[in-house]
Amino acid sequence: MRDVAIVAFAQTRHTGTDTGLSEHELIHPVISEVKERTGLRRFGFTCSGSCDYLAGAPFSFVSALDALAAWPPISESHVEMDGAWALYEAWVRLQHGDLDSALVYGFGKSSLGDLRTIMTLQLDPYYLAPLGLDQLSYAALQAAAVGAERQELDEIVRRSRADGRGNPYAFDLPDPSDEEFAVQPLRRTDVPPITDGAAAIVLAAGDLAGRLHANPAWIRGIAHRTEPHYLGMRDLARSASAADAGRAAGVGKGPVEVAELHAQFPHEEIILRQALDLGGETVINPSGGPLAANPVMAAGLIRIGEAARRIHDGTAGRTVAHAASGPCLQQNLVTVLEA
Amino acid sequence: MGNRCAVIGVGQTYYTTKRRDVSIAGLVREAALRALEDAGLTFKDIDAVVIGKAPDLFEGVMMPEAYLADALGAAGKPMMRVHTAGSVGGSTALVGASLIQGGVHERVLVVAFEKQSESNATWALSTHLPFSASLVVGAGGYFAPHIREYMRRSGAPGHIGTLVAVKDRLNALKNPYAHLKIPGIDQKMVESTPMLWEPIRYLETCPSSDGACAMVLSSESAVTGTPAWVHGTAMRSEPIFRAGRDTVSPQAGKDCAADVYGQAGIADPRRQIDVAEVYVPFSWYEPMWLENLGFAAEGEGWKLTESGATALDGDIPWNASGGVLSSNPIGASGLIRFAEAALQVRGMAGEHQVDGARTALGHAYGGGAQFFAMWIVGRERP
Repeated sequence: MRDVAIVAFAQTRHTGTDTGLSEHELIHPVISEVKERTGLRRFGFTCSGSCDYLAGAPFSFVSALDALAAWPPISESHVEMDGAWALYEAWVRLQHGDLDSALVYGFGKSSLGDLRTIMTLQLDPYYLAPLGLDQLSYAALQAAAVGAERQELDEIVRRSRADGRGNPYAFDLPDPSDEEFAVQPLRRTDVPPITDGAAAIVLAAGDLAGRLHANPAWIRGIAHRTEPHYLGMRDLARSASAADAGRAAGVGKGPVEVAELHAQFPHEEIILRQALDLGGETVINPSGGPLAANPVMAAGLIRIGEAARRIHDGTAGRTVAHAASGPCLQQNLVTVLEA
Repeated sequence: MGNRCAVIGVGQTYYTTKRRDVSIAGLVREAALRALEDAGLTFKDIDAVVIGKAPDLFEGVMMPEAYLADALGAAGKPMMRVHTAGSVGGSTALVGASLIQGGVHERVLVVAFEKQSESNATWALSTHLPFSASLVVGAGGYFAPHIREYMRRSGAPGHIGTLVAVKDRLNALKNPYAHLKIPGIDQKMVESTPMLWEPIRYLETCPSSDGACAMVLSSESAVTGTPAWVHGTAMRSEPIFRAGRDTVSPQAGKDCAADVYGQAGIADPRRQIDVAEVYVPFSWYEPMWLENLGFAAEGEGWKLTESGATALDGDIPWNASGGVLSSNPIGASGLIRFAEAALQVRGMAGEHQVDGARTALGHAYGGGAQFFAMWIVGRERP
């Protein structure tokens, strides 16, 4: 595989409410930031990830293109998935060998609708969606299957929220305390915050990466896998697809100093740590993770950006990033980055 | 351009107004199984699945790839979902090809679909983000003014759109999968239908179809059966709102064509391409795209259509399958163009086969004529 690295990452200062910015207004500053950091005005390939249902209108990515200054016309594509999969598509495109740079971005405004209910529409439309099983309910089913101790879950939330306070892009959210269930066994602090936000990443291949950044974060492995849709067909306490993707990406080939996991609920972190075989020496979600800021459709891409940032600033030599899609971690994408 | 890639299997469903006998999963599986059968393979032989469809509001299922994973044998494999508006079918093929050309996989299943009967696409196409007033209804409302501008610029006589509508519908009679099969279709019948969006009459527009299309793509070492080799792939996008953007002949379309021709070594598309499957959802887009794609000089496209050059027995047949005018499961329409191009060079297009077709163009466009996806496939290994 051709050597490709992350050479720039930018994210919005995420908000918990609609600030009135349209999606392309949300994206514009992060695109400008990565252009400025790399000095690149044009990219060999551009790919984005978003979801029309968050905006409640079809083609929501179309106006996003206006933020790119896509003139003269650009080579561009879009996945109706988290921006992490847009990064994967761009990485694949760079493997052809004829292009050296790619711009990737992801964005979403969950504040515009009721995310908990919207996610119901992702389920099988004939048998599952009519039951009204909403996002928190299916997450709670998985949490129940994991059956973790309350203390362990609280510790994950406490750590994530404390780290989030140290992250200027994330929120300052309360620590867990005795409080009501959102959906048993999930308490309200186990639920990720409703978040609007966007992120952008620049990929560069070969020599260009070294010219654009002193410490490029090289993608040493990237892979994703899916599992059956029906919850009854999976062992919800485990993630076979995350484990497979982790193996394919080569997570176990070296020590993992930092792992940024797209764990929206504390029990998901437990499942993912096990699937990726991450030991106590791995620092999990030093950014605070999705429990501190969860801009849907950008949150997975942000994990890759945060994992790259540790390499960019020299604080880590080998990191892992994870992104998820579908109900109860149905799809998982794992990226291994090295200095 | 990376490693060589070939189409080794094509599968389509019969396109029709309402497929009440199958769920969305049943629909895509039908196409996938036919593509696998064509390639002589099973789901076990597939390394990854790429799904494409137009906006989720068309069926009301958000990110349906999650639900469709089981029906497409994707469990345990990588699966991706592409969405680039009307061009999505083409983009889906290109993402699938990219996985082969990038050396990531040996065999990839690409599937695109639309089950328009589950919802109302014209409604979904007319829903806009707040703050921007929508002055159009459906795609026809958007594209009609651009067609009128083409007619003004080129001086094309009013009957050209009718000729395309008749030609594509006649071709559809030879395609077993086509949705609209209108016996006795002629110019008079088209002209007798109601005007929907001046100058687009009822029979000059595409139908709303249920349907799915699938292809098995392969690396050189994993080829089975009769391959159609990919000679060039390209995507281009431009912003929908830009002062000075030429919506009649978009720059992104010209650039995309130049890129894909360059890769395939095509200097004169009219002479070197034997058959083209081009995204023509409204009949007037044939002369417009003839110019945009370099088959005719500016202002001359309608003359090519009028001369019969684009008919099945002409020197450059366009949409031998009947095209989007005859079958339009929106998300799949682009992939059908790409798949039909492959069928032609494999010599497997049946009654609508163009004799001796060796090089074919597959084309798709979307959004406000701002997204383009194209490929050139050929009988010979590139």
